[in-house]
Amino acid sequence: MGKLDSKIPSGPLAEKWTNHKNEINLVNPANKRNIDIIVVGTGLAGGSAAASLAELGYNVKTFCYQDSPRRAHSIAAQGGVNASKNYQGDGDSDYRLFYDTIKGGDYRSREANVYRLAEVSSNIIDQCVAQGVPFAREYGGLLDNRSFGGVLVSRTFYAKGQTGQQLLLGAYGAMNRQINRGKIKSYTRHEMLDLVLVDGKARGIIARDLISGEIERHSAHAVVIASGGYGNLFFLSTYCMGANVMAAWRTHKKGAFFANPCFTQIHPTCIPVSGDHQSKLTLMSESLRNDGRIWVPKKLEDAKAIREGRLKPTELAEEDRDYYLERRYPAFGNLVPRDVASRAAKERCDAGYGVNKTGEAVYLDFAAAIERYGKEKAYTMGLKDANKDTIRKLGEEIVEAKYGNLFQMYEKIVDENPYKTPMMIYPAVHYTMGGLWVDYNLMTTIPGCYSAGEANFSDHGANRLGASALMQGLADGYFVLPYTIGDYLADDIRTGAIPTDSAEFDEAEKAVKDKLNRLIAIKGENTVDYYHKKLGKIMWNKCGMSRNEKDLKAAIKEISELREDFWNNVRVPGEATTKNQELEKAGRVADFLEIGELFAMDALDRNESCGGHFREEYQTPEGEALRDDENYRYVSAWEYKGDPKNSKLHKEELVFENVELKTRSYK
Amino acid sequence: MKLYLKIWRQKDANSKGKMVDYTMEGIEGDMSFLEMLDVLNEDLITKGEEPIEFDHDCREGICGTCSLQINGRPHGPDTRITVCQLHMRRFNDGDTIVIEPFRARAFPVIKDLIIDRNAFERIQQAGGYVSVNTSGNTVDANAIPIEKEMADKSFNAATCIGCGACVAACKNASAMLFTSAKVSQFALLPQGRVEASDRVRSMVRQMDLEGFGNCTNTGACEVECPKGISLENIARMNREYLSATAKG
Repeated sequence: MGKLDSKIPSGPLAEKWTNHKNEINLVNPANKRNIDIIVVGTGLAGGSAAASLAELGYNVKTFCYQDSPRRAHSIAAQGGVNASKNYQGDGDSDYRLFYDTIKGGDYRSREANVYRLAEVSSNIIDQCVAQGVPFAREYGGLLDNRSFGGVLVSRTFYAKGQTGQQLLLGAYGAMNRQINRGKIKSYTRHEMLDLVLVDGKARGIIARDLISGEIERHSAHAVVIASGGYGNLFFLSTYCMGANVMAAWRTHKKGAFFANPCFTQIHPTCIPVSGDHQSKLTLMSESLRNDGRIWVPKKLEDAKAIREGRLKPTELAEEDRDYYLERRYPAFGNLVPRDVASRAAKERCDAGYGVNKTGEAVYLDFAAAIERYGKEKAYTMGLKDANKDTIRKLGEEIVEAKYGNLFQMYEKIVDENPYKTPMMIYPAVHYTMGGLWVDYNLMTTIPGCYSAGEANFSDHGANRLGASALMQGLADGYFVLPYTIGDYLADDIRTGAIPTDSAEFDEAEKAVKDKLNRLIAIKGENTVDYYHKKLGKIMWNKCGMSRNEKDLKAAIKEISELREDFWNNVRVPGEATTKNQELEKAGRVADFLEIGELFAMDALDRNESCGGHFREEYQTPEGEALRDDENYRYVSAWEYKGDPKNSKLHKEELVFENVELKTRSYK
Repeated sequence: MKLYLKIWRQKDANSKGKMVDYTMEGIEGDMSFLEMLDVLNEDLITKGEEPIEFDHDCREGICGTCSLQINGRPHGPDTRITVCQLHMRRFNDGDTIVIEPFRARAFPVIKDLIIDRNAFERIQQAGGYVSVNTSGNTVDANAIPIEKEMADKSFNAATCIGCGACVAACKNASAMLFTSAKVSQFALLPQGRVEASDRVRSMVRQMDLEGFGNCTNTGACEVECPKGISLENIARMNREYLSATAKG
């Protein structure tokens, strides 16, 4: 099976991408018409890739399990998209965006990939504006920016609290234009169940029509996996309910290496869990940390009184509050990166300072911002000595204009008014940095199989900075894949259409059908959700925000046992040949039960703390993450060997020629 | 809370559906409406019955997948939210709740509470975009300043999540609010103006072909729209359409 050659072009960092583009093979427009590409997933990465490839002239087929490409979970991204435009004149540049991202990822990503990301970031904004994406603007008519965690400049472009939806609608529009031209065939309510290899190359997929239950064969000259992350293996997360690892995992089982599975992002500002019935967690955008201050009570007895409902947070005097991020990290304050903010919240709650019934919540308080904005507004209105109520009212109006939909969302879920009392937040699983291993061209270890967006591992290292996921998804789809895929397809101009009646397709289809029938035939005692919830508990308790050797070893054993029980005792009602949501869920959970084990193995292998991977054994006396660059400066890339426990670890050494490896400090 | 549910069950597109009664106990106010249905489904599966199929995904009011008619109203009794954002604290012990799919001829039922909204897809495909290639070789994003008021109006139109509540709320099953939101988003921006005439003609044509009804200005769509898309957009689309067809 393929060996790990990252194919990073030679030459100076800033010239690599341009030189590479100049040197790679092209496919002439007439030949592109004879080449088919399958794109699995239609979020920002898949949608943008499909549209761009179809514009170039390739015949594209897209697959998504949703009833419309527009509903992919990129749509839920709230805060924004980064770009090194330096419109604010605050010293931003491609290099700075590159540096912040490498450092933010705790030096576990590739220099060349990250630099390319920074380099094309400005193009993304130009492109989206040209497509009619309604970004926020200032009164002068120019684009507005805000700040996100882990950086000291304002480089985040946004569309109120729904940047993801607006960018996705842009990509969806570009797709629709190609669907209308007949260059994209969009298969909605379809799920990829397997990758088909012919002569070692990715040549198609087996998909299930989720309405009829029919199993279909689709062939192509190349396959792009852009199916998102696997965070739903925790059961509770900010992912949508349908998000799953099936396409990526089954590609892995067909030979693609899976990289850094243990690198997960736990987002610091989510609405805390309310009870056992809970099906998902809701994120409150990181942009709120621009104006919200995070705190817990200074005294244990106050925290207890708040938990028991005897004391209200608004009654607690300023000097009795511990703004712990501002205290621990004066330089970045409330805008430290996500991994740091999440761990700090856990530390305070574990120490007994949590503020809700379960003791797992901290405050995010807008009172100071409301007052500051109110005063400013009153002043500009000529009200030089406005009273408190007027200031508060004016301030609330400004905060509402900035974050209104988020405040409304919070109030609906928690039933408390966040303008009057501080929000309660707690960290939750939000994103996975790990994913299919890809080279600089975004090709996996299977020739002709590419991976883009969250589904690959490439750009965020061990921790992703806010507003960088949208950037990466669109960069991969609009500006990287359309070039690099041509380099590979240049050899396929004489191949002709790939037949679907080959032995390889027969075999793949049979395996898929057998698996579905087996799930139905078990007719056991427990529902699919029963297993999913159990897996989630193991993951959260033993592979979550902090990990240790003993727990990880226990997790590996427990997950493996749970998987065995699943295959003997799960109950999937209905049939495989009709619409069957339980069957869809069962297939996804079966894969989560496998990747969970690999996840824990990867976390156990990495005897260091970096980014979102915090091993309790490796920390500084102040409780900060302790990296081990000498021994763990590598990407772990796992090869499937018949069962997760037999997976073989390959290492891609990370080479740093342009940045110095330093202890990541936000103090 | 104890609740009495009447839920639409339909095996597939070709079968006849009917309302089926279910009784649920121990429902908590903090549960979301869809979590209540999750609990019911777990119970049905355990009892050996087929669970109720319903569409849902993000469960935070943005993907536009969920599409339930609750007690006769799209997305239930509250305004400005989707079903997934509705919580059980909105109901009282002993309530009877009627749950159906969104009803419209252009949205046929697939199974139980799941509908086919491909008609919306085809309207978008007919022209819901700006014809610009994704080469990245466009002008600088700040080359064309856009008046904030226009940008904000365009954004407000663009917040449509394509759920179809407007159609379900309308006595004529009209898709005017949906279509006009997309037409408006682009009509209000210089980037979208170039193709404005073609776009409105193509999209309206497709909308009519799909069998949606006409607008008779009752405004139910605006009331039920979870994103508060304004009727002003329909007026704008009519004006755009008129001037586009007058141009020929």
